[in-house]
Order: sequence, then structure tokens, then C-alpha cells
Amino acid sequence: SYGALARYRNLSRVMKVNDSAAIGISGDYADYQFMKSVIEQRVIDEECLNDGFQYTPKSLFSWMTRVLYNRRSNFNPLWNTFIVGGVQDGEPFLGYIDKIGVAYNDPTIASGYGAYIAAPLLRDAFEANPKMSLAEAEKKIDECMKVLYYRDARSLNKYEVAIVTKDGTMIKSPIVSETNWEVAHMIKGYE
Amino acid sequence: MMDPMLNEESSYAPKQTYFSPYAMNGGTCLAIAGEDFVVVGSDTRLSQGFSIFTRDLPKTYKLTTSTVLGACGFHGDVLTLTKVLNARLKMFEHEHHKKMTTSEIAAMLSTMLYHRRFFPYYVYNLIAGLDEEGKGVVYSFDPVGSYGSDGYRARGSAAAMLQPLLDNQIGLKNQQNVQRVSLSKEKVVNLVKDVFISAAERDIYTGDAVVVHVITKDGTTTERFPLRRD
Repeated sequence: SYGALARYRNLSRVMKVNDSAAIGISGDYADYQFMKSVIEQRVIDEECLNDGFQYTPKSLFSWMTRVLYNRRSNFNPLWNTFIVGGVQDGEPFLGYIDKIGVAYNDPTIASGYGAYIAAPLLRDAFEANPKMSLAEAEKKIDECMKVLYYRDARSLNKYEVAIVTKDGTMIKSPIVSETNWEVAHMIKGYE
Repeated sequence: MMDPMLNEESSYAPKQTYFSPYAMNGGTCLAIAGEDFVVVGSDTRLSQGFSIFTRDLPKTYKLTTSTVLGACGFHGDVLTLTKVLNARLKMFEHEHHKKMTTSEIAAMLSTMLYHRRFFPYYVYNLIAGLDEEGKGVVYSFDPVGSYGSDGYRARGSAAAMLQPLLDNQIGLKNQQNVQRVSLSKEKVVNLVKDVFISAAERDIYTGDAVVVHVITKDGTTTERFPLRRD
């Protein structure tokens, strides 16, 4: 969105970095495009080195935190919130980085409205079943995106998911949730 | 600039967006020095505004086998400060072939903080460890490097709630007819637990769990206790 105007209905906010890491963003799209091109160039340079090493999710997370912190220290921030996800040494990793360089990792992460609406749903699901399967996780994400579509006035019913497993990274896009607006008839004043 | 987090209500009045390079991420840490040990505790909640970022981020950072740093305030500065501190510790070791002592680390941290006097690290620091004679010592700092050693100190969002309690129970301040007994490790750890439980009652930024490190000449032990999660 551009404020209250639904300007572009087909923008991608997730990016595959390599077979062990992916990032998702919220915030300024231009600043994301800049970061995306920098990361893509680094991945290419790394492939040229051809030494068998790839950026790990944690090293990517650490580097991005430094970039964002340094930009804020020069009062020229990249106005984004980045979510870095991946698998390292067989363990999943999820990190959050703010435009001012606040960074942390947690089993469940959400930014923007997701922090208010999706995070509680994800935290409850994780607490009940920390070893849930990929299918259960995808179902939970769909439920969260559906609720966000119901409740966030600036959202659209179309989303994409980046999935990182020990076998690699894939992006599923576009996904449309099945919504049920029948309850709208019950609300007085909006019949 | 469009920021979904700032523009939550739709309003057509002109709004000036202001970029603040700081944020309050909450958290409380405290340290108590004993005859031959130091106890350092911190809660594990990271927050911003009325949101909780994560329930599992302790504010204590092990620097050497005998020194622990407690740091709370703006988490971006905490991350940077700990990174730079660890690098400086390694550089010292490479140059001098020995580990930095607690008082050396405290003096260095003071100069590092003052270097940023005109764009400070918004961090409230505590350095706790054993001195060269094996006695427990606690140094507390303000964001620009002023420091001094105390027997006990609380820092962070609930510091104002914890410090008076410590003054009474450990400093035995302004009490008549009280015997000064040297406190055992177990008594101090129990006091730290109780004090955090109290802080979690009233401070919204303190809660989830408390991590307690006990540093002695034999090393450091760590324990975790749950706190209220609301």
C-alpha cells in the first residue's frame, strides 16, 4: 500500500538468499530493493569464489544488523524491518532486525500488525507443539494471514511464503486464503 | 515516508515524522558482591512500547571466566557495545598474553562509553566479577561512562524498585541493632529471586524469566527461574 491507496497488488516481500537462508521485509520498498541488490551481488561474488561456503542465516543476520545499526548511527536509516530465517547446523533460525539496529532471535517472529495479531497465535501454537511439522506450520501461517486480512484495513488477500528446510529454500507464491465474511451480516449498521 | 508502525490512525492533519535513533527495550539487571563470589541476575524479556519482542533474551554477557557484564537499555547499542567489548578483550589478550581483570575491563568500558559522549550508547551497564585478590566486586556505569564500585547495584527499568530493597537487606542501611553477617551464596541467590519476583509484579518491562550467574574462583554457574509472563 501507499498509505491508504492500494497501489501495487503484486509486490514480493520475501527473498531467497541461498539454500539455507531467506529474508522477509516490511517498511519502505525502495530501501528493500537497495538491500536486495546488495545481498544478491554478495551472493554472486560468493559463488564466484567457489569455495563451498555459503552465507549462513546467522552470519547474514549479524551482517545485516551491523548495516542497519550503522545507517541509523549516521541518521540515514534503511526504513525497514527485516526478518531473517534459515537452517544452520540442522537447527532452524529466525531473527528480527529493526531500522535502528535492534535485533533478536526467537522461535516465532512477526513485524508490523503481525506483532499484535499474529504473534500471539504463533506463540500459543509453538508452546503447545514446539516440534510441529511443516504442514502444521504452513496451516498456522495461513490462519494468521487470514486474520490479518480480516483485521488490517490496508491488507490484501494474497500472500507468499518462503520455506527453508535442510533440503533447500523455496518460495510459494501467490497464496489466497479462504475467507468467510458471513459474520458481516450480523453486525448492526453494516448490513 | 510511509511507516506502517507509525501511521496507525488515519488522520488528515499534517504530521511531522521524527526519526529517533534510540528506543527503550526494557529489562533489569542486578549484581551483588560477596566475600569470594559475585551474583549477577537479569530478567529475559525484550520489549518495545507495549509489545514483547521475545521472552528469552538475558541481559547478562560473559566476558571472561571471572567477569560478567549486565547491560540494559537500548538493545541496538547493547549489541554493538558487547561486540566491540569482546573484540577489545581479545585484542588485549593478544597483546599482553593475559586476560583482562575485572577492574581493567571496568576502566576500559568507561573510556569506551565516554568516547561516545556526544551520541551516547544508551546502555546502563554493570560489571561484576572477582578482583585480583578473589574478592567479589561490582562496578556500575551511567550511559556516558561515569563509574564506581559498589557492593550491590540494580540497573534497568526496575532499578528504582530493586535498589531500595537491596539497600535495606544487603546494605542494612538505617536499621538499629542489626548484626552485620556476611551473606552466603544461597542467601544472596534467594534474595535475587525474590527481588525479581517483586519487580515483575509492577514493572511491565520485567518478567518472563530471571537468569542468575554465580561467579566464584572455581568458575560460573547459571540458573534460570520463571517469572510472571504478563
